Amino acid sequence: MTSDLRDLYQDVILDHGKKPRNARVIEGATFTQPAYNPLCGDRGTLYLSMDPTGQKIADASYVGQGCSISTASASIMTDFVRGKSREEALETFGLFREMITAPPDEATHRAVADLGKLSVFSGVAEFPARVKCATLAWHALKAALTESPGGVPAPVSTE
Amino acid sequence: MKTESTTPALSLDVETVRADFPILATKVHGKPLVYLDSAASAQKPRAVIDAERRVYEEMYANVHRGVHDLSMRASEAYEAARSKVARFIGAPSMKEVILLRGTTEAINLVAQTHGRVNVKAGDEVLITALEHHANIVPWQMLCEEKGARLVVAPINDAGEVELNRFEALLSPRTRIAAFAHVSNALGTVLDVERMTALVRERAKNAVVLIDGAQGVPHLQVDVQAIGCDFYCFSAHKMYGPSGMGALWGRKVVLDAMPPWQGGGDMILSVTFAKTTYNEAPFKFEAGTPNIAGTIAFGAAIDYLTGLGLPAVAAAEHELLAYGTRALAAIPGIRLIGTAAHKASALSFVIEGVHPHDAGSILDYEGVAVRTGHHCAQPVMDRFNVPATIRASLGVYNTREDLDALVRGIRKVQEMFA
Repeated sequence: MTSDLRDLYQDVILDHGKKPRNARVIEGATFTQPAYNPLCGDRGTLYLSMDPTGQKIADASYVGQGCSISTASASIMTDFVRGKSREEALETFGLFREMITAPPDEATHRAVADLGKLSVFSGVAEFPARVKCATLAWHALKAALTESPGGVPAPVSTE
Repeated sequence: MKTESTTPALSLDVETVRADFPILATKVHGKPLVYLDSAASAQKPRAVIDAERRVYEEMYANVHRGVHDLSMRASEAYEAARSKVARFIGAPSMKEVILLRGTTEAINLVAQTHGRVNVKAGDEVLITALEHHANIVPWQMLCEEKGARLVVAPINDAGEVELNRFEALLSPRTRIAAFAHVSNALGTVLDVERMTALVRERAKNAVVLIDGAQGVPHLQVDVQAIGCDFYCFSAHKMYGPSGMGALWGRKVVLDAMPPWQGGGDMILSVTFAKTTYNEAPFKFEAGTPNIAGTIAFGAAIDYLTGLGLPAVAAAEHELLAYGTRALAAIPGIRLIGTAAHKASALSFVIEGVHPHDAGSILDYEGVAVRTGHHCAQPVMDRFNVPATIRASLGVYNTREDLDALVRGIRKVQEMFA
C-alpha cells in the first residue's frame, strides 16, 4: 500500500473505524448533541455527561454512522476528552483542527506534540476533502460545550 | 473534430476522441487521470474551449442591442447556438428554446411560471422516486405555496419506474408530471414516450416536463416523438460549459406562461405605467446572458452530433455492460440500480467500506468517481444506503478505465479487509 494513504489510514484509525469505542447512549447525559455532514450524509449524536461542578467531562459517547475517518475520530475523541475540563476540550479541538488543516511540516509539529493519541489524524492534512469527516464529532463537542444551558440543541453541521 | 455537416461515424474511435480532451493528459497523485465522473460534470473538448476563447478574441459585444458590427456578430452566433439546441432535440422551432443557466433553473422557471398559474389547492404534481433534488424541491416549494400535493411514483428493487403504478397515480387532479429521462444516481433510462402517453390518457389537465440532464449526453432526443411539453438539460454534462442550459417548451404552453424575472431583453416597451413583454423565448431571458457560454454550448452540440449519438450510445452501452460484468465478479460489491435499460452510471457499495473511504483511496489511484448521495437522497433511502460510489461514463472512457476502477476497488478491499 502506498505510504501517503497509510498516513491517512493508520492502523489505529482503521481499528477505531471498525470497532468504535464509547458507541453507546448515555442516559441522562448533560448534553445530547446531534451532528450532521450534509455533504456525505454522515449522522451521529454526541452525549456528554459533566461532573457535579459542571466544568469537567465525566463521560463522553457517540452513536452514529459514517466513514472510517469520522467514526474513528468520534471514538478517539470521546476517549480523549473524558476527565478534561471544558476549556481543555475546546483548546484541544483548536489544536486538532490546526494539525489537520495546516500545510504539512509547519505548525503541525507543535500541535502533534501536544495531542498524544489524536496525532494519528495528522495524515488528514494531506487529504483536505476529509477534514470535515475528522471534525464532525468535534464540531458537536464544541456546540455542546458552548451552548447556553437548558437550550434545545440544533443539529450541528459541518457546512 | 468533425462538424455537424459531416456524416457521423457508425462507431466511436475512442483514441481520437480522447485526443480532443486536453485534461485527459493530467496526472492525479502522480497517476494518469481516469475520469469516471461525467454524470457530475463532463470534461470539455478542445472545440468547446476554443469556441469560448474565440468569442472574446473575435466577436465579443452585448447581444440583441447594438447596431455596431461586433454586436451583430455576437448576436448572430448567439442565435445560431439557439438554433443548434432546437435541432439537437428535434424542436419544431428555435423560438421554443429558452437559454438559461441549466436544468435546475429550467425546472424552477416552469414551477414558478406555469406552475404558479395552473396549480391550485387540491391539485397534484406527480414525480418519481428516482428524481434528482432539482426535480423534487422546486415542486415541493410550489405545492407548499399552493396547498397542492406532491405525489411520488415508486420504483422497484432494480430502480425502474413501474408503469402500472405510475399510471394509477395519474388523475384529472394531476397538473404537472415531471420525471427524469435518465436517473443520475441509478442510470435507469425511463420510458418517457410511454409515460408521456399515459399522462395524456389519464391526466388531461397535466403538462409533462422531462429532466433531460442525464439524457442528452447519452441518447438521441426527439421532443416531438416523446410528445412532452417541456424538456430541459444542462450544457456541462454534455461536454459544454458550466452555467449554461436550455429549456424547450411547446409554443402554446410558453405563450400562456407569465414572464419570470423582469429586466432588459424580456420587454418590448417600458413606461412607469405599464410594461409590454417580449414574446417567447425572450420573455424568459431577462438581463445580459452568458454570451460566450451559449456559443460554446453550440460548439458542444456540434461536437456531440459530429461524433453521432447513435455511435456514442452504442459505445457507452458496450462499456457499461463490460463494467457491470467486471463489478459483479468482485465479491462484496452490491450494484445499486440494475434496470434492464440503463445509461452511463454504475452505482455501487462495497461491503464493510463507507463510500467516502473508497472514494479517497480510488482518488489516490487516479480514479475520479463520485461518492455521496448524488443529490438524490430519497434514492439512497429507497435502497437503504447512506451513500454510494458512482462511476459514470462519457465518450472518452475505455475498458482500461474500468480495469483501473476494478484494481482500485481491490486496493480498497485490501485496506479494509
